[in-house]
Amino acid sequence: MTALAHVPTSTGQPPGPPPPPRRGRHRLLPYLLLLPGAAWLLLFFAVPLFQLAAASLYDPSGSLATGYALTWAFGNYPDVLQAYWPQFARSFGYAGIALVLALLMGYPLAYAIAQKAGRWKNLLLVCVVAPMFTSFLVRTLAWKTILSDNGALVGLLRDVHLLGPDGRLLATPIAVILGLTYNFLPFLVLPLYASLERLDHRLLEAAGDLYASPVQTFRRVTLPLSMPGLIAGTLLFFIPATGDYINAELLGTPNEYMIGNVIDSAFLVRLDYPQGAALSFLLMAAILAVVFGYLRRAGTEEVL
Amino acid sequence: MRTPLRPLTRRGLLTGTLGSATMLVTAGALAGCGTKGAQQTEAGCVSEDLSGTEKKLAFSNWPQYMDVDDKNESKRPSLDAFVASSGVQVTYTEDINDNNEFFGKVQNQLAACQGTGRDVIVLTDWMAARMIRLGWIQKLDPAKLPNVTANLLPSLLNRSFDPENRISIPWQSGLAGLAYHGGVTKEIRTVDELLTRPDLKGKVTALSEMRDTMGLLLQSNGHDAANFTTAQFDDALNKLKKAVDSGQIRKFTGNDYAPDLAKGDIAACVGWSGDVIQLSSENKKIKFVAPDSGVMLFSDNMMVPNKATHRANAEELINYYYQPAVAAKLAAYVNYICPVKGAQAEMEKIDPELAANPLVFPDDALLSRSKVFMALDEKQEKEYEGKFQQVIGA
Repeated sequence: MTALAHVPTSTGQPPGPPPPPRRGRHRLLPYLLLLPGAAWLLLFFAVPLFQLAAASLYDPSGSLATGYALTWAFGNYPDVLQAYWPQFARSFGYAGIALVLALLMGYPLAYAIAQKAGRWKNLLLVCVVAPMFTSFLVRTLAWKTILSDNGALVGLLRDVHLLGPDGRLLATPIAVILGLTYNFLPFLVLPLYASLERLDHRLLEAAGDLYASPVQTFRRVTLPLSMPGLIAGTLLFFIPATGDYINAELLGTPNEYMIGNVIDSAFLVRLDYPQGAALSFLLMAAILAVVFGYLRRAGTEEVL
Repeated sequence: MRTPLRPLTRRGLLTGTLGSATMLVTAGALAGCGTKGAQQTEAGCVSEDLSGTEKKLAFSNWPQYMDVDDKNESKRPSLDAFVASSGVQVTYTEDINDNNEFFGKVQNQLAACQGTGRDVIVLTDWMAARMIRLGWIQKLDPAKLPNVTANLLPSLLNRSFDPENRISIPWQSGLAGLAYHGGVTKEIRTVDELLTRPDLKGKVTALSEMRDTMGLLLQSNGHDAANFTTAQFDDALNKLKKAVDSGQIRKFTGNDYAPDLAKGDIAACVGWSGDVIQLSSENKKIKFVAPDSGVMLFSDNMMVPNKATHRANAEELINYYYQPAVAAKLAAYVNYICPVKGAQAEMEKIDPELAANPLVFPDDALLSRSKVFMALDEKQEKEYEGKFQQVIGA
């Protein structure tokens, strides 16, 4: 999925004339260039994926001490779905809400940086990226302080009666969604920025000349032209946000746990490898289904 | 009406054949998968001891679990003294941060009866029990551990996962009990108060470590945490579930409850004595409570894993740390419960205030109320852990 990051930048110039066909080793060159990446993918993605598929079909009555036998136990899938569907639903719900919030903040932000920032452009971009220089964990822990029960923010919200006298933000779904929104926002803003930055002003002027209102110009010119960035950004935001478990772990409570928390505990605490593997596969399948559905509706073939 | 068959094309045939072949190969390869049992036996996985010729020892421990010199953090007085007196070169590594994580780190080697490059590892009771159950740990020679035989605290003798006291020797121990922040709430005495008092609603955390939380609950129900039935466990779990459902318990934590308690975000919690001592040294209002119904006693245990090649050197080290004077030096730095009898008297000379602290040197009354959680077999562990995880939401 990381390959999508390159999408917005790859649609620029028209392709040059095809190079004349060559003979001998030149024909192998593209394959040689692919080799390191392909080897990496095979070793660190295909092989583990294969192992995970096998583990998801292990006999659930096996154990670490006696070993697991592959018994094609497809029953693992309905079992985990039945046990953990709330966490599944929660993952998609939280990631979806966070995505909407991020779009509301990220699109204007990317637009402002790309079109209106002038000489501040680079500085603003650095501001978007700079938090990524600290660890994900540290940033999320910082939110614990910001949202703390005795912190300024909660105090303010209590004073204006948006929160009850005993109300809190930490350890609620709100905190988890805020954390998700914050942590993945740059992944949405950067591709959007890349496509908005190349927006041709003359097209906007032309729309104005043809008596389009600003709203119409946005809907019929700006938005369609930024679509590749928007799609890449939403995917880069939504996919990791759905599988995230750090935000729920640190900012939430068990009632906010997402599917990532369950998978983590299945592999590391409960040592239930078949369940963990089946959950991972289900998550992957669910995300793929959502993504393909989205791409089909958004109607972009460039991304695929 | 019959639907006409799609005409067969070369391309269709090729992709069809290739596709089915790939699927067949994948399925065939999958069928060859599965894992071998990780269980080892003493006869099946024999370790060699090279201590006679190699005066070396690789010691893996948790961070901040060894005394260091006030002026020079790279000096470890008690360990350096051991190196000087025994001539054994100790490689000390602080590479254990989490029991589960460490288990993952060494699991593949130990399951295949291979060395991990470590001679002494320090792990918490339940993980020690699991590794012993899997046959991954070497037995020690009691004849070489006279100080342990003489000085190990009676409450830590004959624990169910190591009835002969010769596989896992406590490095430091601790209590799991209740803690509260006196600036935010009034005193708390019992587990039931923690789980039901209305003014604490949403300001309580419990430990995600099943044995500590469930042990306290079992005891508060009047049951023995060292010996209970499934029905009693379910009973206690129900009590916990009620507190979770009502919103009384805000979350389940590892060590991370400590900063929240210090800030007052949580008012009371199930916590560990070592953390609370540290917190109360900064804020006197934070207090540890050992409920009358009982507390949980846990230890981090020194063990020699299979294929470690310096067992005799390890025994020398373990024996060394069970001298009261050495144990006192260590306890003065780490502030956990010292598992060595006689260290309290030695501590009087170093730090009389600490020697009087019941959370470092618990008195008999407290010790008699402290239990070590029942050892579980793999099936029980999976069942109980599964039920518990369901209640705490993971």
